[in-house]
Amino acid sequence: MNDMTPTREERSAALEGMGCKRKRVEDIRFTQGKGNYVDDVKLPGMLHGDFVRSPHAHARVKSIDDSEALKVPGVLAVITAETLKTVNLAWMPTLAGDVQMVLADGKVLFQNQEVAFVVATDRYAADDGINKVKVEYEALAPLIDPFKSMDADAPVLREDLAGKTSGAHGPRKHHNHIFEWTVGDKDLTNAAFSKAEVTIKEMISYHRTHPSPLETCQCVCSFDKIKGELTIWGTFQAPHVIRTVVSLIAKLPEQKIHVISPDIGGGFGNKVGAYPGYICAAVASIVTGKPVKWVEDRIENLTATSFARDYHMTTEIAATKDGKVTGLRVHVLADHGAFDACADPSKWPAGFFNIVTGSYDFPVAHLAVDGVYTNKAPGGVAYRCSFRVTEAAYCIERAMDILAQKLGMDPAELRLKNFIKPEQFPYHSALGWEYDSGNYGTAMRKAMEKVKYAELRKEQAAMRAAFKRGETREIMGIGVSFFTEIVGAGPSKNCDILGIAMFDSCEIRMHPTGAGIARVGSKSQGQGHETTWAQIIATEIGIPADNIMVEEGNTDTAPYGLGTYGSRSTPVAGAAIAMAARKIKAKAQMIAAYKLEVHEDDLEFDIDGFRVKGLPEKFMSMKDICWAAYNSVPPGMEPGLEAVSYYDPPNMTYPFGAYICVMTIDVDTGVYKVKRFYALDDCGTRINPMIIEGQVHGGLTEAFAIAMGQEIRYDAEGNVVTGSFMDFFMPTAVETPHWETDFTVTPSPHHPIGAKGVGESPNVGGVPAFSNAVNDAFSFLGSTHIQMPHDYWRNWAAAKNLGVLAA
Amino acid sequence: MIPGPFSYHRPTTVADAVKLLSTLGDDARPLAGGHSLVPMMKLRLATPEHLIDLHDIAGLKGVTRDGNNVLIGAMTTQHELLASEVIAKSIPVLHEAALLIADPQVRYRGTVGGNVANGDPGNDMPALMLTLGAAYRLEGPNGVRKVAAADYYQGAYFTAIEAGEILTSISIPVPAAGHGHAYEKLKRKVGDYATAAAAVVLTMSGGKVETCAIGLTNLSETPLLADAAAKAVIGTSLDAASLKKAAAAAQAIMAPAADARGPVEYRKHVGGIMVMRALQRAAAKAA
Ligand SMILES: Cc1cc2nc3c(=O)[nH]c(=O)nc-3n(C[C@H](O)[C@H](O)[C@H](O)COP(=O)(O)OP(=O)(O)OC[C@H]3O[C@@H](n4cnc5c(N)ncnc54)[C@H](O)[C@@H]3O)c2cc1C
Repeated sequence: MNDMTPTREERSAALEGMGCKRKRVEDIRFTQGKGNYVDDVKLPGMLHGDFVRSPHAHARVKSIDDSEALKVPGVLAVITAETLKTVNLAWMPTLAGDVQMVLADGKVLFQNQEVAFVVATDRYAADDGINKVKVEYEALAPLIDPFKSMDADAPVLREDLAGKTSGAHGPRKHHNHIFEWTVGDKDLTNAAFSKAEVTIKEMISYHRTHPSPLETCQCVCSFDKIKGELTIWGTFQAPHVIRTVVSLIAKLPEQKIHVISPDIGGGFGNKVGAYPGYICAAVASIVTGKPVKWVEDRIENLTATSFARDYHMTTEIAATKDGKVTGLRVHVLADHGAFDACADPSKWPAGFFNIVTGSYDFPVAHLAVDGVYTNKAPGGVAYRCSFRVTEAAYCIERAMDILAQKLGMDPAELRLKNFIKPEQFPYHSALGWEYDSGNYGTAMRKAMEKVKYAELRKEQAAMRAAFKRGETREIMGIGVSFFTEIVGAGPSKNCDILGIAMFDSCEIRMHPTGAGIARVGSKSQGQGHETTWAQIIATEIGIPADNIMVEEGNTDTAPYGLGTYGSRSTPVAGAAIAMAARKIKAKAQMIAAYKLEVHEDDLEFDIDGFRVKGLPEKFMSMKDICWAAYNSVPPGMEPGLEAVSYYDPPNMTYPFGAYICVMTIDVDTGVYKVKRFYALDDCGTRINPMIIEGQVHGGLTEAFAIAMGQEIRYDAEGNVVTGSFMDFFMPTAVETPHWETDFTVTPSPHHPIGAKGVGESPNVGGVPAFSNAVNDAFSFLGSTHIQMPHDYWRNWAAAKNLGVLAA
Repeated sequence: MIPGPFSYHRPTTVADAVKLLSTLGDDARPLAGGHSLVPMMKLRLATPEHLIDLHDIAGLKGVTRDGNNVLIGAMTTQHELLASEVIAKSIPVLHEAALLIADPQVRYRGTVGGNVANGDPGNDMPALMLTLGAAYRLEGPNGVRKVAAADYYQGAYFTAIEAGEILTSISIPVPAAGHGHAYEKLKRKVGDYATAAAAVVLTMSGGKVETCAIGLTNLSETPLLADAAAKAVIGTSLDAASLKKAAAAAQAIMAPAADARGPVEYRKHVGGIMVMRALQRAAAKAA
């Protein structure tokens, strides 16, 4: 070996594999405006569709008159429920087992509901047409407050369900009831409460909000009458699922449907479900024989396609006097809006909300969730979280603080006292999950040391004293959040969507020159899969990440996958990628053995090739093996170097983290300042630390927005009052706090590379940290719980209610 | 969010613009930066059939000093206002306020004329114009007239402007040397209109307030001049009691709407605080 021979470190670095802060390869096109999004798809003769929407939250549709609209130059067709009935598509199934009107069928059930679809030669003409469609409504009493949904005299919302005493998830108790879901041992839990030395009870609401990706939902549908084929370009987080759904409801053979998700400008759960726009564009294309584009505007996105949260969680904890938790009881009232369009795995009407025991060793727990209908937009989706995990994390993290307050204990101490201990893993929770791994105490203590927690508490005490003396009008809060997520849905034993198990997949094809393509069933919406997937393969097979092209989103070429949401890409698709790479490696080993004339078992993998054990100079690089795969494979072996893997995970993964937020609030104006935000994440093996940091920054910014003001609010008549970015809080760089990120590494024992997923942790863990900071700030004035969002005026209202404002 | 159909005109003289506006009648609207008008058109809350773009009319831009007055051409953008040395030197409160309008992108296009002509209670410039005693020059089919900012605003989007008239410039008497000034604006985020805002221009003499004007933004259907509040502090050293009095007097004329920024009570409450903070900050700056 001469001086030019690269060292092992150099060879390893050249791969830019796992652990490398590799720059995002997709950013080269994104930062130059060269991405290819759905709205960039422009086909010859393409038409544009747009919706007539309901101004009412609840009304009967008496008549629809399209005669004037059809006179608008450029308007070609107006599609209504009557049109859709001719093809049996006036209603569509939801992922949650409910049905949803595609276009208003006799009634409208929420403001901005789709009433008619105007198809025209351009978007302007379509909108002019919309303004000429005359719809006669007869207003009905709206039902907005979910707590009144099941009143005896509550208006009947879903006339289509009349007489149906059971739904997709069991019996219905009332005409506006969707399901009741219970988990845990009720009697044991009740017994724990009757014996408890200390209990707390609080109704903790997580308000309705919206994922609001920068790119709204949109599609282009193109039906080829001659071939009988339908091609759909769409902003789909799960393109294969969309293909199957379209095939089932449009009764088209699945091979004749081509679904393509091009670049996606953020999804955050908003782009998992199927929306009326997709159906209408497809039908319009079939009717007109031309491609039809549908692009939502911002108001439509915020008010009609899936919202998130709207969970009202009555939470009780039983504990001993010295702060050991002995039981948890939660009842959730879940507002699903007009249709249950929840994007949850089929058997989970409240998602994985039963992770609500959080990071704590609750011996017993009981959970009941009642889903109800209201005259609001249908949903809800998991906004940058695994199904209902962020609601659960908020619920338990807020409740632990309330318990700490009641016990007069420090909230961090209370958590440390109740953590599931490292030796308890795999841990079986009282509500049925098997936590894979965790080292909670270490993470919590590291966070506390980093922020100098004890000093912060002293500073707070001094500030409180100064406030009481009238020397300052500012109060200080320290918000602690220790969350455990459950992501990576999921094992076929408990997760499916419409009967399809929630595996994911990868196909790797190596080319003769030592380059390759990996096609994956997940679909990046900005997460950076093109970068990180190549890094996994680079480390696994010793080919530089730069030589691996990653492709997702085309159902004709990508293997069937369940898509990207619920932090499932790394836990599921990431595992499939590693497993496919290992199949490549196994075949490569056989080829290398043949070429090096040794037995396979005499070879060891060494960074970027195989070496004969004990004979360091006998080495064959993966690059050379790729070449050999196409010309000199062992006798009897098929040429080529390809592999496919479909990975059915044995368990979920359980990322966790410790977040601490320091905030001050001016009680006179309610204006808050985030002084510090520290986020420690443990997502197991870290594939690309830079991307992790980016994900954490983005998720924390969302968490900040949600906790501090981002909401979808309705007035008493059911009008959305936060339907644009003027009022729906979307923070800019100016409002966004500075983030300090940190980590520990506790690999998942069952995942091939030990990775757990991180994309959603900051949203899940961030919201309670912010809310706990606000609540902690006010606690010394006698408050136990203030509902989110904590925008300025509500902080002022809290101060006013606590009597600390000058008359 | 797609506007209705309209035709577009681009006159090169004020006379032509006035002619177009008067002949096309109610269906025509002047277009300046478009940052208030176009969003309204996209929501179809405004559906003008004709837009008369004022960008090609020479002489509608620029900031000049004319004796004791500063003249601002209607088509001067908020960005240009921020870049103007004349403004920074003689009317610094306008500089301060312009920085609180939206973000750089909006300020590159949004004009001062459009901001004051519009009659949107959320716009920041009108209350400053009231505070500074500005006057607007209006040119119309019947010639030129000058209207005091104080007489211009009649209701939300209702102003003294007559059919066919264009606001061509704003004239502002230069505040006294050594004056103190402040614009306190509470908003939820960059790009938001005020939850409550107060402008103060005052002079001090021997530690006491000598003259004072207070303007309020977004606390009523129109911008407000809080005369009684200003009177309440004249002759005082802005002690706590007089500040409170001023806030109460200002609150007495506030009639904000309840919206996502907060209920009426909150907006009035913080309106009072903005007044007190602006007074204190202005006094601290006064020579
Ligand atoms: C995101 C965003 C945030 C904003 N935030 C703020 C804010 O915080 N504070 C604030 O003050 N403003 C804010 N604005 C408004 C912005 O400052 C506008 O640019 C300004 O109010 C209007 O100026 P323009 O030149 O854009 O007028 P245009 O939108 O072109 O016109 C507005 C109205 O005035 C009329 N008009 C315009 N010029 C004349 C004239 N010379 N004579 C007669 N009539 C005329 C038009 O016909 C129209 O009716 C914001 C705008 C946006 C988009």
